[in-house]
Amino acid sequence: MHISIVPETLFHIGSFAVTNTLFTSWVVVLAICLLAVWFRSKLRASPSKVQSGVELAVESLLGFLTTVAGDREKAEKFFGIVATLFFFVLLSNWAGILPGVGSITFHDIPIFRSVYSDLNMTLALAILVVFLSHLFGFLAVGVRHLSNFFTLRDFGSSFSGILEFIGEFSKMISLGFRLFGNIFAGEVLLVIIGGLVPFIAPVPFLGLELFVGLIQALIFATLAMLSFATWTKARAHSS
Amino acid sequence: MESTALAAGLAIGLGAIGPGIGIGLLAGKAMEAIGRNPEASGKIQTAMILAIAFAEAIAIYALVVALIIKFT
Repeated sequence: MHISIVPETLFHIGSFAVTNTLFTSWVVVLAICLLAVWFRSKLRASPSKVQSGVELAVESLLGFLTTVAGDREKAEKFFGIVATLFFFVLLSNWAGILPGVGSITFHDIPIFRSVYSDLNMTLALAILVVFLSHLFGFLAVGVRHLSNFFTLRDFGSSFSGILEFIGEFSKMISLGFRLFGNIFAGEVLLVIIGGLVPFIAPVPFLGLELFVGLIQALIFATLAMLSFATWTKARAHSS
Repeated sequence: MESTALAAGLAIGLGAIGPGIGIGLLAGKAMEAIGRNPEASGKIQTAMILAIAFAEAIAIYALVVALIIKFT
């Protein structure tokens, strides 16, 4: 049984190792782009059933993120990046359940592997999200964003500011590990069940993986929207 | 004595106790709330699923440690 935490390298571009998770993510990006272009060409003022379905999904996502972000205007401002994160993570997770992922091998290495079963991928996304939230904070309030963390106003604020600063790093780690743990554990589960009882038994676990993939994508998007919204909030007090 | 298996087993076994209790409490309170106010069950359900995913994340951290112990 072939289970490894470290993703396997498929080939090298110069000295850059391309792993099977990276390759799978390229395929997912290509699929999303093609889907988006095709759908754009089919948009009509009076929607077909498919277009209505997609509009419903986007509207419900926006509604849900509005409750997270606080107000509609802020949710719409960050909807582009957050919804993209959501759809990319969702489709990556669901692509990992497709037959062929993990089983089609090239020199004993699986060509495709679920994108977020790789700690590198999840940590990269987590660091990106936290970095973006602070970038948006700087863009919103300028250098005063730093006064959230490093302030000499009074001892209580200084201390909690330092703790918040450390908390941002722990946020990176928790975001990365939550997604990695869920998806990698799902992969291990599917491999083991597939190895024990290949017929019928994997079906409920595939269903579980569909559900877990959706929930984890939602959690990631929710936390991203939450951090964007908190750091761009106008401060009630002035320094 | 080969203790990797024991270590992995203990890591996930003990690590799942807290989240298990936490999720049980969460779901129990959600059931109560739905019983009190069946109209709000959609909102309560959504919030419950979200909160359960956060509680479960702690169990997942323990699982990651167990997997690292087992496979490296």
